[in-house]
Amino acid sequence: MLRTSILAATALAVPLFAPLGAGHAGAQAAEISISCGAVGIELELCKSGADAWAEKTGNTVKIVSTPNSTTERLALYQQLLASGADDIDVFQIDVIWPGILSNHFIDLAAYSDGAEKAHFAPIVENNRVGGQLVAMPWYTDAGLLYYRKDLLEKHGKPVPTTWQEMTETARIIQAAERAEGKDTLWGFVFQGKAYEGLTCDALEWVDSFGGGTIVDADGEITINNPKAIEAFELAGSWVGDITPGGVLNYAEEEARGVFQSGNAVFMRNWPYAWGLGNSADSPVKGKIGVTALPKGGPDGKNTGTLGGWQLSVSKYSANPEIAADLVMYLTSEAEQKRRAIEGTYNPTIASLYEDADVLAAAPFFGDLYETFTNAVARPSRVTGTNYNRVSNAFWNASHDVLSGKTDAATAMADLERELKRIKRRGW
Amino acid sequence: MMRRSPLKTLGLYALVAAIVVFSVFPFYYAILSSFRSGSELFTVTYWPSSFDPSNYISVFAEQPFARNILNSVAVASVVVGLSLFLGVTAAYALARVSFRGRGVLLFTILSVSMFPQVAVLSGMFELIRLLGIYNSLPGLVLSNLILTLPFTVWVLTTFMRELPKELEEAAVVDGASSWVIVRHVFLPLMWPALVTTGLLAFIAAWNEFLFALTFTLSNDMRTVPVAIALITGASQHELPWGNIMAASVIVTVPLVVLVLIFQRKIVSGLTAGAVKG
Amino acid sequence: MSDIALTTATAAPARRSRLSQSRLRSAWLFLTPMIVVLAVVAGWPLLRTIWFGFTDANLSDLSATQFIGLENYYSVYDGETYGLIVDPSWWNAVWNTIWFSAVSVSIETALGLIVALVLNANFRGRALVRAAVLIPWAIPTIVSAKMWGWMLHDQFGVLNDILMGIGLLSQPVAWTADPQTAMWAVVMVDVWKTTPFMALLILAGLQMLPADCYEAARVDGIHPVKVFFKVTLPLIRPAIMVAVIFRALDALRIFDLIYVLTSNSSDTMSMSVYARQQLVDFQEVGYGSAASTLLFLVIAALTIATITLGKVRLGGEMK
Repeated sequence: MLRTSILAATALAVPLFAPLGAGHAGAQAAEISISCGAVGIELELCKSGADAWAEKTGNTVKIVSTPNSTTERLALYQQLLASGADDIDVFQIDVIWPGILSNHFIDLAAYSDGAEKAHFAPIVENNRVGGQLVAMPWYTDAGLLYYRKDLLEKHGKPVPTTWQEMTETARIIQAAERAEGKDTLWGFVFQGKAYEGLTCDALEWVDSFGGGTIVDADGEITINNPKAIEAFELAGSWVGDITPGGVLNYAEEEARGVFQSGNAVFMRNWPYAWGLGNSADSPVKGKIGVTALPKGGPDGKNTGTLGGWQLSVSKYSANPEIAADLVMYLTSEAEQKRRAIEGTYNPTIASLYEDADVLAAAPFFGDLYETFTNAVARPSRVTGTNYNRVSNAFWNASHDVLSGKTDAATAMADLERELKRIKRRGW
Repeated sequence: MMRRSPLKTLGLYALVAAIVVFSVFPFYYAILSSFRSGSELFTVTYWPSSFDPSNYISVFAEQPFARNILNSVAVASVVVGLSLFLGVTAAYALARVSFRGRGVLLFTILSVSMFPQVAVLSGMFELIRLLGIYNSLPGLVLSNLILTLPFTVWVLTTFMRELPKELEEAAVVDGASSWVIVRHVFLPLMWPALVTTGLLAFIAAWNEFLFALTFTLSNDMRTVPVAIALITGASQHELPWGNIMAASVIVTVPLVVLVLIFQRKIVSGLTAGAVKG
Repeated sequence: MSDIALTTATAAPARRSRLSQSRLRSAWLFLTPMIVVLAVVAGWPLLRTIWFGFTDANLSDLSATQFIGLENYYSVYDGETYGLIVDPSWWNAVWNTIWFSAVSVSIETALGLIVALVLNANFRGRALVRAAVLIPWAIPTIVSAKMWGWMLHDQFGVLNDILMGIGLLSQPVAWTADPQTAMWAVVMVDVWKTTPFMALLILAGLQMLPADCYEAARVDGIHPVKVFFKVTLPLIRPAIMVAVIFRALDALRIFDLIYVLTSNSSDTMSMSVYARQQLVDFQEVGYGSAASTLLFLVIAALTIATITLGKVRLGGEMK
């Protein structure tokens, strides 16, 4: 009895005394746990940014490192969130996760004060699930075409603007170089392993031909169309011709390995490969160029799949407002500018692509601005928690076409049936 | 000891060489890679070209790797100790005493090893949070027992069952208690089995990844495989191969030392080194 | 039968039964800690999995979980059948796993036996060789799988380089990408990795053999090969069987090696990869748990078959 009344008295007293003197900081200061990159520059930048915020606000920040592998990271997040654990307040999430994890995050619109309007619209749209802004864009990524400047020059070929042209150029250069004795050279490498990376690559082919994005914004399954089939017919013709058979098990690094050791004319990859390809010990240093991915024929468009990472606040967090404040700070223009200059992380704010300091640090940002703003999102938002199934079905179908197991038309028809099965009674 | 003919000796050493090359070549390749960096990853080499220790330095500089090794040693040692203790006592009962339902019990123990680890994960996660040992080494010890205990119990039971009955009978006649029998009659004869299961269980706990990843959050509670998985390049897709290989070499060395120390104990028991082909 | 005879006849069994009673008591005393620990550690996680197999649980909102009976296993909607037992990719995974386990465990047993016999022989540097042999088992799987992925790479992998160097291949092979070779690549890496496990257990069996039967055989001048098949092999059979059972249990649950080497490719998908895909990637806790339970049943059936065919004694009399 006595105990309860003391407790009650204290509970009443604390808010009364809190605004006075030292109690103020004590009541407000909180420890926020944030999960961002593991080690390397990503962690450095996250740490310095979070520390600056902590300094400014008087809170403390704890950094939780998580695996770099996105599948492992997602599994860990799901485990924590499904159990309602409050161990991590701020989550760094992949661009395809808002739909999958939206149930566990708070609506950031209440704290953003409209700040999201300055960010690239497609990404903000991607992060809005059921009308709620579940994540703030942090940095972006998009698929790019890397090419060997020296080889194109040597054989008098321009940088290809369509996939057909790229196929042709790759075939000619590959044949000519092999005739000269360089028999390990291939025309084109990309990510062909049965995983999320293949979904990104294949979506680029399909969308660049005008074949849509597998499932459209209204949730209709659109993949079985002549344009998509045309795109897959072309892609299927690469393997064994201009692309090594091993591509069927290549992820990003395997593809970069072939290109960076000088054994490929073209490569599809993310912006990270630029810095590494030009590093001091790279055999192709200074010989590589980067451009937007080709169009699917003259009427097609340049398409790069949208990648990148967002920040979200867990709804199980003990201090959601403070955590949201950290998110707003880290995604702010000033912080994104710092990250762009120090770590070439692509900002999600348009104005930074015209910023002189940013362009001095990363010149290709300016040329590729269009690619980043027009990147196509995977249908993760509309398909919600079913996205991984959709993506899995899509990359399996793509893998089957690439390995020659089925032809493009059959694969698309089968895929459509499979997607309908998954959709069953709505996404 | 019987002398072998030169031809036989040659054959034996050829076989030994083949086994060693087969086992060690990938590890040798890992050591080579651990001294290389950047673009060299994408080329083939068979001989060391340079000795650049920077990968080893950065492994320790970028994370509390020494602490991670200590955690792994602590977790694996406790797991092995517990498993062997529980295993030996249970094995005595299961191997030397006839009672109803022994077969069913053995099969039930075995069936624990028939679920995929990922299916056990969520339940284990709840259990560990319930016990309040999340993000701590006891949590890892507890979860690892599910992997090592059925194995230890089974192997020790099998070996203990093979020991001759006469050994025990003499002790029983002398009125020795079951504990004394286990401690003084069986244990000395069980060294090869104990060391072997202990080593195998140690390595299993040492290499366990999924539980260690899910049940810890802070870097200084993590074990070696998780620490290695957390080594990343400067950017999202880059694979810092040199660092990963350096870390792998570092964590394999303690195990090799462990085997060197304990391998003598694999020879003993009834044979006392007498059996030679 | 006289009374006297009866009393003398019952006296000894009574003493013995008192003795065996106390043995039985201490046996249960010895068993209890292990059973308690195992029940605490494994009881809840396993029962929870089996239970979830009968529900529609989804990771995005576990509180909305409902009991749906056997629908995860088999159900009909609009004339279309759904559920595990009509899912061709599940059966593809089952078949892949069984094939993989049969092939890899057979090879590992044969190689493990050879390695164990070699390690059992006396030669210079045996200690070092024993340590060296254990290295593949000692490297964390997440690392060794990645390492092999790199060594098997078609363009800059060392394996192709070696095989082309000695003239066995004329052009590089995409080991992990080609459906024809992908499963064999997985088998090869698994054999490399787990043969030490087999070898070590068999070696322990060899070391625990009594020396006298060898002596007898040697005195009789029996050919060593015959001694091996007639004396050694039957004696170490229990050790081999227990090693085979635990290897098979691991092989039937294989996950990380396949996941790292070939990802979710259907050519190599195993039951565990399938279960994980449902549980984690697709968030279908219910369906994934059902798959795990079915996986358990498949393994249990196979284990019972192995135990019966391999004549492993579970409850039989001791020697």
